[in-house]
Amino acid sequence: MIGYAIAFGFVCVALAQIMSMIRLIIGPGVGDRVLALDTMSVNAVALIVLLGIAGGTQIYFEAALIIAMLGFVSTVAYCRFVLRGDIIE
Amino acid sequence: MSLFLIVALPFLGALLPGLMIQAGRRICGMATLAVTLTALVGLLSHLPAVARGEVVQARLPWLPDLGLNANFFLDGLGMMFACLILGIGALIIIYARYYLERSDNMGEFFTYLLLFQGAMVGIVLCDNILMLLIFWELTSLASFLLIGYWKHLPEGRQGARMALAVTGMGGLAMIGGMLLLGQIVGSYDLTAILENREAIQASPMYLPALILILLGCFTKSAQFPFHFWLPHAMAAPTPVSAYLHSATMVKAGIFLMARMWPVLSGTEAWFAIVTTAGLITMVLGALIAIFKNDLKALLAFSTVSHLGLITMLLGTGTPYGAMAAVFHIINHATFKAALFMSAGIIDHEAHTRHIPALGGLRKLMPITFVFATIASLSMAGIPFFNGFLSKEMMLEEAAHTTLFDTPWLAPVLATIGALLSAAYSFRYISHVFLGPVRDDYPHKPHDPGFGMWGPPAFLTVLVVVIGVAPFLAEPAVRLVTSAVLGNAGELPGGHLAIWHGVTPALKMSGIAVLGGLLILLAWHPLSRAWEATPRPEAKTIFDGVIRGSAGAAGWLTQRLHDGSLTRYALIFMVAVVALGAHAWFTGTATAPNRELIPLEPLPAAGWLLLVTAAVFLVFIHRNRLLALVMMGVIGLMVSIAFNYLSAPDLALTQISVEVVTIILMLLALNFLPNTTPVESGWPRRIRDGIVALAGGIAAAGLTYTILVQNPVMEPISGYHLENAYKGGGGHNVVNVILVDIRGFDTFGEIIVLGIAALIIYALTEALLRGPVRARLIKRRPDQPRSGDAHPLMMVVVTRVMLPVMLMVGLYIFLRGHNEPGGGFIAGLVVAIAVVVQYMASGFAWADERIRYPYHGIIGSGVFVAGLTGIGAWFAGAPFLTSAFGYFRIPPMEEFELATAMAFDLGVFLAVVGAVMLSLHSFSRIARLADMPVNEHAMDIDPSREMPQSHPSEGRTEGGT
Repeated sequence: MIGYAIAFGFVCVALAQIMSMIRLIIGPGVGDRVLALDTMSVNAVALIVLLGIAGGTQIYFEAALIIAMLGFVSTVAYCRFVLRGDIIE
Repeated sequence: MSLFLIVALPFLGALLPGLMIQAGRRICGMATLAVTLTALVGLLSHLPAVARGEVVQARLPWLPDLGLNANFFLDGLGMMFACLILGIGALIIIYARYYLERSDNMGEFFTYLLLFQGAMVGIVLCDNILMLLIFWELTSLASFLLIGYWKHLPEGRQGARMALAVTGMGGLAMIGGMLLLGQIVGSYDLTAILENREAIQASPMYLPALILILLGCFTKSAQFPFHFWLPHAMAAPTPVSAYLHSATMVKAGIFLMARMWPVLSGTEAWFAIVTTAGLITMVLGALIAIFKNDLKALLAFSTVSHLGLITMLLGTGTPYGAMAAVFHIINHATFKAALFMSAGIIDHEAHTRHIPALGGLRKLMPITFVFATIASLSMAGIPFFNGFLSKEMMLEEAAHTTLFDTPWLAPVLATIGALLSAAYSFRYISHVFLGPVRDDYPHKPHDPGFGMWGPPAFLTVLVVVIGVAPFLAEPAVRLVTSAVLGNAGELPGGHLAIWHGVTPALKMSGIAVLGGLLILLAWHPLSRAWEATPRPEAKTIFDGVIRGSAGAAGWLTQRLHDGSLTRYALIFMVAVVALGAHAWFTGTATAPNRELIPLEPLPAAGWLLLVTAAVFLVFIHRNRLLALVMMGVIGLMVSIAFNYLSAPDLALTQISVEVVTIILMLLALNFLPNTTPVESGWPRRIRDGIVALAGGIAAAGLTYTILVQNPVMEPISGYHLENAYKGGGGHNVVNVILVDIRGFDTFGEIIVLGIAALIIYALTEALLRGPVRARLIKRRPDQPRSGDAHPLMMVVVTRVMLPVMLMVGLYIFLRGHNEPGGGFIAGLVVAIAVVVQYMASGFAWADERIRYPYHGIIGSGVFVAGLTGIGAWFAGAPFLTSAFGYFRIPPMEEFELATAMAFDLGVFLAVVGAVMLSLHSFSRIARLADMPVNEHAMDIDPSREMPQSHPSEGRTEGGT
C-alpha cells in the first residue's frame, strides 16, 4: 500500500515541479519567476523526503532540512534585489 | 666551522647592516666586516685539512627523491675561490665604508653585498648542481641590485637590466645543461658527476649539455659574444665593480669551467669552443680597452680580455694550461681589484674618471701612484710582478697549442693579446699619472685616507711578493690545480719561476712589451683612426633585440590574453577540443562493456527540467537576473540529483554553496546593468556558437564514453572505503578523506580560501580609497526602489530563524565525522545565518553586533587546523596524523572524539570567516553617500512610535 502512496506522491510532486518550471519559463514578471523557483525548492524538499521514505533511509533528511531552511534565503535575496537593487544595505 | 655555517653566515649577516645603520655608518661597516671575517676565519679553520688533500664535506639530504640535497664540500679549488670571495670581500667592505657618500644608503649597500657574498660562497662550496643553480641565479639577482644601486642614474638601471638579462638567460641555458648532465650520470651530486668522465663524454647528450653549460659560463664570465654587458655594469659604485666584476662574480663562469674540467674538457668540442671564444675575447677586449677614455671602461674591457685569457687556458685541456689558469685567477684577482680601487680613488678625489681630463697625478697622489703603477705593470706582464709569471705560462701554453690545424694561430693571437694588454696598462700609467700637473681638474686631487688606500695597497703587496718569490705561492697553486684536475690529469712537473731561460714564451713576452710601448707612443694617431672606423655598438644591438622580443611578446600576449573572458574561453575550448579530437582519432576506445541501468520516470523528469533550464538560460542569458534565477533552478536540480544518486554530502554542499553564490552574484549585479549589451556581430556569434557546440558535444561524448565503460584501472574508492574507519575513525568516508586522508590538501585549501577572501577585502579597500570612490558614492540607483529597506516581517522571521540555523550548523558540524556533514557545510550554513541578518536588519545594525573581525576568524581557523596538525608531532607522528578514541561522560552515551574534529573546526572557522569577509567587502562597496546609517533593525517599528513609553527612542527612522 505504501508503495502506491509513494508512487502517487512522486507523480504529484514531479508534476508540480514541471508546472513550476513552465511558470518559470513563461513568466511573465520577475516576481512570477522568483515565486516559481521558490515553489520548486519547496517541491524539492518533498521530493527528497519521498526519496528517503522510498529508500527507507534517513540519510537524505538533512538535505531536505537545509533546502527548507536556506531555500528561502535565496528567494529573499532575489526579492530584495528586485525591490531595492542592493540586497545588503 | 661547519660548511653550512660558512655559507649561511653572509645570508644571516645580510640582516645586520640594515639594522646597524641606525647606529651609524662606522658601526654598520664594522658589523658587515665582522660577518665576513667570521666566515673567513671559519673557512681558514679547514685550511690544514684541505692542505693535506682532504675534502671537507657537509651533507644534509633535503629532497633525496628529486636528487636535491644540501650538500657542501670543500677542496682546493673551492678553498681558493672562497678565500678570494671572503678575503677580497673584507677588503672591499673596508674600502666601501670610506668610498660611499653620506647620501648613499650604506645599510642597503652592505645588505646586497652580503647577499651576493653568500650566493657566491654557495656556488663555490656546494656539491649539488641543483643547489648550485639556485646560488648561480642569486648572484645574478644580487649583481642586478648592486649595479642598479644608484637608482637615480639611468646608466645604472640600464646596465643592471642588461646584466640581468644576459646572465639570467645564460643561467636558464645552464639549468638545461645541468639537468642533462644529472640525467646522464643519474645523480645531481657534483662529486658523483666528477667521477663519470667516460660516461658523460660517451653520451649523445654530451654536446647539448656542454653547449648549454658553456652558455651559462660565457654569459657570466663575459666571454665573446656576451662580453658587452660587463662594461655597462660599470655604472655600479666602484667597490661593486672591483668586487663583482673583476674579482668574483665574473669568475663564477671560470670557476664552473674549472670545476667541470675533469669531465667536460679534453674533447674536440670543448677545445674548439672554449679556446676559440677565449682567444677572441682576449684580443677583442684588449683592443677595445686601449681606446676607452673612461678609466673604469678601460679596466672593464681589460677584465674581459683577461677572463678570455683564463678561458683560453682552460680550453686547451692540458694540465699545464689548467695550472696556468689557476695561477692567473689568483694574480688577476689581486692586481685587478687593486686597479679598480685605484680608479675609484681617482674618481672619488678628482671627481672625474675621464682619462683626457687627468694626467700628472703622480705628484698629487703619490701613494695611489705607487700601487696603481705596480698593479698596472703586473697587468702588463713585467717581470718581478705576479702578472708576468702567469702570462709567461699562458704564452708557453699557447706556443704548444694548435688551433684549427694552424700551429701559428694560437701563439700569434696570444702574443697580440699580450701586446695589447701591455699597451693599455702602460696607457693607464702614463695618461693618468705621468705628464705635467694640470690646473683644470674638476676637484683638486690628493691621496685619500688609509681606509681607502689600505685595501688596494695590501693587494699590491701580494702582487709584489708573489712576483718576486713565486715559490711562496707554488704550494697553493699546486693544491688548487690538483683539485681542478681531479683524476683526469697528472699534475705537471716543474716549478713556478721567474727565469726559465730564453724560451719562446720569453721572446713573445718581449715582443709584447715592446709592441705595447710602441702603441703607447703612437696612441693619438691610432685613437683618431679607431674613432673613424665604423663598428657595431653592442648596446644598440642589445636594445634592438630586447625591443624586438618585447614587442613580439606583447603582440602575442595581446592576441591570447587581452582581458576578455570570452577570448580566454574560446582559446581554451578550441585547444581542449583539438587535443581531445586528436586523442580520439589516434587512440582506440574500448567497446562499451558496462551494463546500463534502465531509465526510470523520475530521473527522466529531473533530466527534462535540467535540460529545459539550461536551454532556456541560453536564450535569456542577456537578462542577468533571469540568468541567475535559472542558475538557481539548475543548482536545485543538481542537488536533488546528488541525493538521488546517494551522495548526500555533495547535495548538502551544493545547496549551501548555491545560496552563497546567489547572494554574491546579486551583490555584484547591483553594479552592473540589468542586461548584457550586444557587442558582437553575427559572424562572431556564429563562430562562438560553433565553438560552444563543439565543446559541449565533446564534453558530453567524453562523459558518455566514460559512463558506458568499466573503470580501466581499479578505482581508488576501495582504498578509501577500507581505510576510512580503520585509519580515520569515521564512517563518513567523504569527511574522513577531507579531514584526514587528504588533510594536507584541505589545509592548503583553507589557506587559499582565506587568502582569496583577504584579497577581496584588500581590493575593496583599495577601491574605496582610490579615484573610483567618488563615482561609487555618487552612484544613483538605476531603478525605483521600494519604500521599506528593512521590513518588519523579515527582521522578525530571520531573528527567529537565527538560533535554529546556528543549531543546525552545529549539528551538521558534530555529526560530520560519521554521517553527511562536516566543517565545510556547517561553515556555509552559519555564514548564511549571519548574512541573513545583514540582509534583513541592515548592514550598519548587523555590523555593529559582530564582535570578532572576520580576518581574525579566518586566521584562527587556519591556526587551529595547523595546530592540530602540529599536535601529531608530539606523538611522534607526521604532520596531520589523526587519532581517535571513545569516551564516556555519565550520564551521556559513549561517544567518539577524534583529533580530526579539531581540524574540522579549523575548516569551519576559515569557511565562516572567508565567506563573511567576501560578502561583507562586496556590500561595503554599495554604501552610498546619502545612505542613512540604520541604528535600528526595522525602519518602521510600532514599538518606537510611542514616545511616552520610550522617550529615548522617540525618533523615527524614515525609509530612504
